[in-house]
Amino acid sequence: MQMPQPDARVLARKDRIIARLRSALPNCPVISDPRELHAYECDALTAYRCPPMCVVLPGSTEEVSAALRICHEEQAPVVPRGAGTSLAGGALPTADSVIIGVARLNRFLETDYTNRFIRVQTGVTNLSVTGQVQEDGFFYAPDPSSQLACAIAGNIAMNSGGAHCLKYGVTTNNLLGVTMVMMDGEVVEIGGEYPDAGGGLNLLGLICGSEGQLGIVTEATLRILHAPEGARPVMIGFDSNEVAGECVSDIIRAGILPVAIEFMDRPCIRACEAFAKAGYPDVEALLIVEVEGSEDEINHQLSLIKDIAMKHNPAEFRESTSSEESAAIWLGRKSAFGAMGQINDYMCLDGTIPVSELPYVLRRIGEMSKDYGLDVANVFHAGDGNMHPLILFDANKPGDLELCEEFGADILKLCVEVGGCLTGEHGVGVEKRDLMDHQYAPVDIEAQLRVKDVFDPAWLLNSAKVFPLAHTENRRKGALPPSAS
Amino acid sequence: MKPTSETELAEMIRAADGPLCIQGAGTRDLSCDGDVLDATGLSGVTLYDPGALTLVAGAGTTLTEVENLLAKEGQRLAFEPRRLNALLGSAGETTLGGIVATNSAGPARIGLGNCADHLLGVRFVNGRGEIVKNGGRVMKNVTGYDLVKLMAGSHGTLGVLTEVSLKVLPKPETEATLAINAGGLKGLSAMTTALASPYEVTGASLLDGKVYLRIEGFTDSVDYRCRKLKTIVGAIADVALLEAEASCGLWKDVCNIKPLQHCEYVWKMNMKPTAIFSGFLAAASQVFKFETMLDYSGGQCWIGMTSDQAMFAAAEVSGVTPQDGAVGFHQSMQEAVSDETVNEGGGGDVQFIKAPESIWPLVSRFQPQSSALARIQSGLRAQFDPRGILNAGLMG
Repeated sequence: MQMPQPDARVLARKDRIIARLRSALPNCPVISDPRELHAYECDALTAYRCPPMCVVLPGSTEEVSAALRICHEEQAPVVPRGAGTSLAGGALPTADSVIIGVARLNRFLETDYTNRFIRVQTGVTNLSVTGQVQEDGFFYAPDPSSQLACAIAGNIAMNSGGAHCLKYGVTTNNLLGVTMVMMDGEVVEIGGEYPDAGGGLNLLGLICGSEGQLGIVTEATLRILHAPEGARPVMIGFDSNEVAGECVSDIIRAGILPVAIEFMDRPCIRACEAFAKAGYPDVEALLIVEVEGSEDEINHQLSLIKDIAMKHNPAEFRESTSSEESAAIWLGRKSAFGAMGQINDYMCLDGTIPVSELPYVLRRIGEMSKDYGLDVANVFHAGDGNMHPLILFDANKPGDLELCEEFGADILKLCVEVGGCLTGEHGVGVEKRDLMDHQYAPVDIEAQLRVKDVFDPAWLLNSAKVFPLAHTENRRKGALPPSAS
Repeated sequence: MKPTSETELAEMIRAADGPLCIQGAGTRDLSCDGDVLDATGLSGVTLYDPGALTLVAGAGTTLTEVENLLAKEGQRLAFEPRRLNALLGSAGETTLGGIVATNSAGPARIGLGNCADHLLGVRFVNGRGEIVKNGGRVMKNVTGYDLVKLMAGSHGTLGVLTEVSLKVLPKPETEATLAINAGGLKGLSAMTTALASPYEVTGASLLDGKVYLRIEGFTDSVDYRCRKLKTIVGAIADVALLEAEASCGLWKDVCNIKPLQHCEYVWKMNMKPTAIFSGFLAAASQVFKFETMLDYSGGQCWIGMTSDQAMFAAAEVSGVTPQDGAVGFHQSMQEAVSDETVNEGGGGDVQFIKAPESIWPLVSRFQPQSSALARIQSGLRAQFDPRGILNAGLMG
């Protein structure tokens, strides 16, 4: 993975840029000490690192606007940063960039149960949004695994999902409005406090998932929902991935819509069991299916699921009868990433495939694993086909990271080949940037670049991400794209 | 012009030397100046995978064809697209392209989302004559910018849709509706109470002084939730139960805005429910005479005026004909929804849906946008359609 050469002209203006930021933002941290900048040199994709020129941590939309205006005038690249939990390198800086972080934008602004929304500054964490409303019986639906740490700003930038989005949708389906600062410092209000707000083009849907390339979102209005009466999982073990895949498909076709269907394969089950000792059976494939409602409704749905599962001769069927048993069923799954981390370094992929292709794709991944000599564990959201293969490698072994990356790229190309996509919920960032040509034809990418031309004509905002550098080079260097002439 | 393939469509757009009026079946009365480009030739379901809850079809495919196909597998389009034939007196069969281009969504919007929420992928031809694809046919996809969402509701101004992929959902076993004898603020309170419960209401509408709440799912579950809800909203007013058949008929009418079909003029207004009741309806009903049907738990207000009511409005806006009254009322609504004392700071929009044709040159049918948003939107239109030939007169 290559990043563009830092712009020497911008580096030459470094002292002036920092001085201007400090003078315009006297109450705002502007970090430039190289020791302190280490904290910002990468996000959760730690394989790539580069300290930025400086970091600004504004405390208001106005301060974000002032900082962006200066960067715009100085033609300094800007990298927006939420909590730095991106697995795709969405917040990776370049040496000539200014990071604008939303960490200090951490206030809850308004909660409205009558109209069912909450308005927050975007530095608040995902989980804290639910924390704010759960005493009153409400919750915020998107639940990425990093929800304890990740910021709403990053959720919006990456259109984050989670385990429960089969029923409740991802970030874009739960976002009502944003306050966004454009690269030139202009503040725009998009959407509102009700669904589909505004009546013009659907800019909100465009902003969500644009990976911080169209503007910095400082405030967000989020839909909140009343929590269900209860929820309970079952665990179903199978001797083959194919049969587990068929069971998923049959559950969905039977008209049951669980809130979550999680799938783990044998390597993942074994690793989780060794780590968390959740009492998982040693089977080829494990499903965790969770349903919601009243006690009676849960029992009814689980009995239907049991009937379907039994037709597939499961090796194991374990129904929870208490909250302790429910917790035990989830324990292994929720420890998956920690468990893999204990075994070795790992890379977490995020492709999506049509559910029907599951058995084929798992078999192919198994074959590739042998070819590459790297182990893979699979854990994923089976209801929507969003896979998270975890490739194990040794970062201290020369060449292992590169081999792992190559393997990962082959898996993602396979996802595209069978009708899926490169990323289901983590975003493209730098990690999948160079694979975009496998997903899209040049004309499809050009249509997306033209969108950025409208929001950020100088191509300063997080510009080295998402699209292969060759597609964006002229624009990043300030040459007018052919379309704008 | 009626292309039968994407390539042919692209050639037609490249060759066009003037404005084009993009039409599906033309059921929504959204025509504009220019040569008619009829997209109904791009039809047919190309993929339906019930186990993956996915359907891919040409934009000209009719809603009826899709619904029939889904019904065979016990599935449906969960966002409940509206058919406006009865309201507008239009012929023709609503197409998928029309549904996507208008981001249509019926009563289920409050629980299950709108068309954009269920749209997984699009193919379209932009104003440059380029064939572009975005998204795909899987449920979770964040690969690149979400042009899928942008195309939903763009009314043919960015490109002509050729193929759409949709997420479908299982059709519930049964449904039932609670009818609560409560209008006005009492009605709003009944809807709010229901939506702030765990009982998963999939329709909340207010019509003729009554609130209707729909519950869908497995039979036992529907019984249970109706019972529970009845206890809660029973404290507000009398409650009656509509069984499956009556419930189904009622929501079909609500979905298709049938209750306002006798009105000459019809508008659709979106705002926060509290702002619609306290900010708009309270003030407007002091001055004007009109009829309403509230959907989305009070967040979407359909407003109708008969000729007589429009004549009454004329006097209020110093006009002399019903048309003067309707134009004046329209303008006053557009101003009201962007006024923060009315919309309570949460924004608002109004769209003119139905009127005699002679009115369209006199009004802006869509809500005017703030200057910043208008600049972004015209910038996007210029990128997708530099010659400004696609549905040039629509969306401001």
